[in-house]
Amino acid sequence: MTDRALTDALRAYASGSIDASVGPRPSDLTVRLSRTGDLPAAAAALIGPHSMALATVVATDETATPDGDLKVRYVFEPTTPGAPDRFVTLLVSVDAAHPEVPSLTTAVPAANWHEREMQDLFGIVPVGHPDPRPLVVHDGWPPGVFPLRKSFDGSRRVPVEPADEFPHLVAEGEGVFEIPVGPIHAGIIEPGHFRFTSVGETVLHLDARLFYTHRGLEKRMEGLLPLDAFYIAERICGVCSVAHGLGYCEALEQIAAVDAPPRARLIRSIALELERLYNHVGDVGNICAGAAFHYGTATGARLKERLQQMNERLTGNRFLRGLVVPGGVHLDVPADVLLAVNVTIQETLAGLDGLMERIEANPSVVDRLDDTGVLEHQAAVDLAVAGVAARASGVDRDARRDHPHGAFAGPEPPDLHVVTVSDGGDAMARVTVRALEARESIRLIGEFVRRLEPGPLQVALPEPLPGGRIGISAIESPRGEAVHWLRTDPGGRVERYHLRSPSYHNWPAVALAAETAIVPDFPLVNKSFELCYSCTDR
Amino acid sequence: MLRILINALRTGVVTIHYPAEPSVPPDRFRGAPVLRAGSHLPPPSVCPAGAISEHFDAEGRHVALDLARCVFCGRCAEDPWADAVVMGRDFELAAHRRDDLRIEVVADDPAVLAAGPAPDRDAEAARASSEIHRVLGRSLHLRHLDAGSCNACDWELAALLNPVYDVRRLGIDFVASPRHADGVVVTGPVTRNLETAVRRTVEAVPDPRVVIAVGACAASGGIVGEGYASAGGVDRVLPVDVYVPGCPPRPEAILFGILVAVGRLDARGLPREG
Repeated sequence: MTDRALTDALRAYASGSIDASVGPRPSDLTVRLSRTGDLPAAAAALIGPHSMALATVVATDETATPDGDLKVRYVFEPTTPGAPDRFVTLLVSVDAAHPEVPSLTTAVPAANWHEREMQDLFGIVPVGHPDPRPLVVHDGWPPGVFPLRKSFDGSRRVPVEPADEFPHLVAEGEGVFEIPVGPIHAGIIEPGHFRFTSVGETVLHLDARLFYTHRGLEKRMEGLLPLDAFYIAERICGVCSVAHGLGYCEALEQIAAVDAPPRARLIRSIALELERLYNHVGDVGNICAGAAFHYGTATGARLKERLQQMNERLTGNRFLRGLVVPGGVHLDVPADVLLAVNVTIQETLAGLDGLMERIEANPSVVDRLDDTGVLEHQAAVDLAVAGVAARASGVDRDARRDHPHGAFAGPEPPDLHVVTVSDGGDAMARVTVRALEARESIRLIGEFVRRLEPGPLQVALPEPLPGGRIGISAIESPRGEAVHWLRTDPGGRVERYHLRSPSYHNWPAVALAAETAIVPDFPLVNKSFELCYSCTDR
Repeated sequence: MLRILINALRTGVVTIHYPAEPSVPPDRFRGAPVLRAGSHLPPPSVCPAGAISEHFDAEGRHVALDLARCVFCGRCAEDPWADAVVMGRDFELAAHRRDDLRIEVVADDPAVLAAGPAPDRDAEAARASSEIHRVLGRSLHLRHLDAGSCNACDWELAALLNPVYDVRRLGIDFVASPRHADGVVVTGPVTRNLETAVRRTVEAVPDPRVVIAVGACAASGGIVGEGYASAGGVDRVLPVDVYVPGCPPRPEAILFGILVAVGRLDARGLPREG
């Protein structure tokens, strides 16, 4: 659909005037709505007739600029396979004295956490939100203090004040029990609080409370030189280091109007697939832990360890940090290392095939995984679920194809087989998708290596960087699509950076899927989604 | 079942023997940066984690590097400072005191003022670890405490339990409850949202207990630093017995730190008697 047709369609839904312009990228469209009241109708038009999904929501504090307002950008993306790579942004201006916007959550469930987050961090109230409890700031946060407003000094600590217990959403009735779990868990995992209400073993409702690892990283990056802030973006999440580092770099490179050289793009994609591979292989092993299949756990851990040792050989870091840098890659891939990569991934392939065979031949494991933690297709669509979880529920989306990046952005992108399972949505489907995707990653790495031609590794970024520009990128991380939004201030420093990780959209789906399971199966449900807390919480 | 047994036998033993045998990191590994005294050393602004500082006195320009803060990105060893800073290969960096993790040199003078990680000079720290050693013997059960990490350090702790590192062979294990633990391994800078949980978990561990801060964030705040949502390091909230630098520290480096904490190795990597 052309910009003109889309704009006309939006105009038909809006009562106020709308102003459409190209951007942030040449293929994107930004539509400014003069009345915030038009938001729900415009969003519904994009999602319904145009089959778009919410990609991210970015609030900014522009009270110190001539506009003197707060702004909220609701970014949408097409979901039809084969649709062009574009983002459509609905932009509204919010009066800082009465910061209110109509809530989209009832019509667009994926907006739920985004709206609660902007209420906590910017003080922008989503009017009509069905669940306006605090999300990011926890108990004892001083009321009326909004850390992502520009007037707030982010470098000072805000002490924890005594507070009432958080109002968990629970079911009540005879024989209904509440089971609190976390934030400190029994294993070596990240912190979150899960409040189950159950009758017997059956989960009635799960209220997941996250953001325990909220470190204020987006605020921390503001005012830094973009080249310095990169090191923070690379460290938002351990197991998504390449994906988030790359997403930040691609957004920054748009602002700088430079392209990473072809060899660098291939090496970036090799790293991205290696990251997916060690995650997927380790995740298949960890799911076995949830089903008490210790041979599988040990095999997965051993295969993952082998890959991480190779990561260290390739980049000097077991999480592949230090390879991707703004403008390209910092390290080349020498022939002897490539040979070792090839040997390791072939052995991984054999090991993973063997492991999957043993899982599928083991009725006690299969029985635990089948029909456990079902995520219905429509729920996955409504929540804009990403990655493995989406594809295991039949949602055909993959940012490598839908928003080409790395080696996929070249003139002759390699074929990508997007694995989807249409009738699954259970833990078994997610394990199957992971194993098939790991094989695809191994095939892709081989193809990227074959395509490598000698050439430069890095281009220089202009200094200072252009001010007032926006960069947006979407990367298929091991967990799914991550959307990065970056804007520079007039001096070329970071004015605002926002990451919407795949886990951010997937966590609410875990709670839904858990409601089809029994309490002892929750670890399996959770591990079959395998989400990050750190890149959700930031 | 038979296939599983055959596969397991075919795989054989994959466990390494560290620390009885040294672990040699690969060529590209970035360990503790080595600052060359008397050379053109980088300014503090080069370090994205704020690990480099400088001050001036009669001797000239002093440049110091805080290994607890360092994220081992290697930026200070890139051009034009490649002659002044080299990323070393040392990863056994755990120390009882933050000060021992400070490397300071004079930029225009070849004299090295403090070359970290320094020997453990703190008699009290040594006494504490030998007391723990006396009470707990060679075994150590630890509780992991994620205080807001990026999960890289967490996954490396989990790796210690895989068949390759298998820390249980050394009498070390991770337990489910702080009540069962001799100490905690903390990762992350202690976020505001976890501060209460961190305090209460550590208080639930019986005395004597060890607190091991693993990774740059836990050891110093690292790249997160101090802010509205972060305390800026575990020792801002509770006393720390051992600091393990790294972003993240490789599993052997964490294992080294744990053995230092329990008094089985000293901070210089030499086995302790007994």
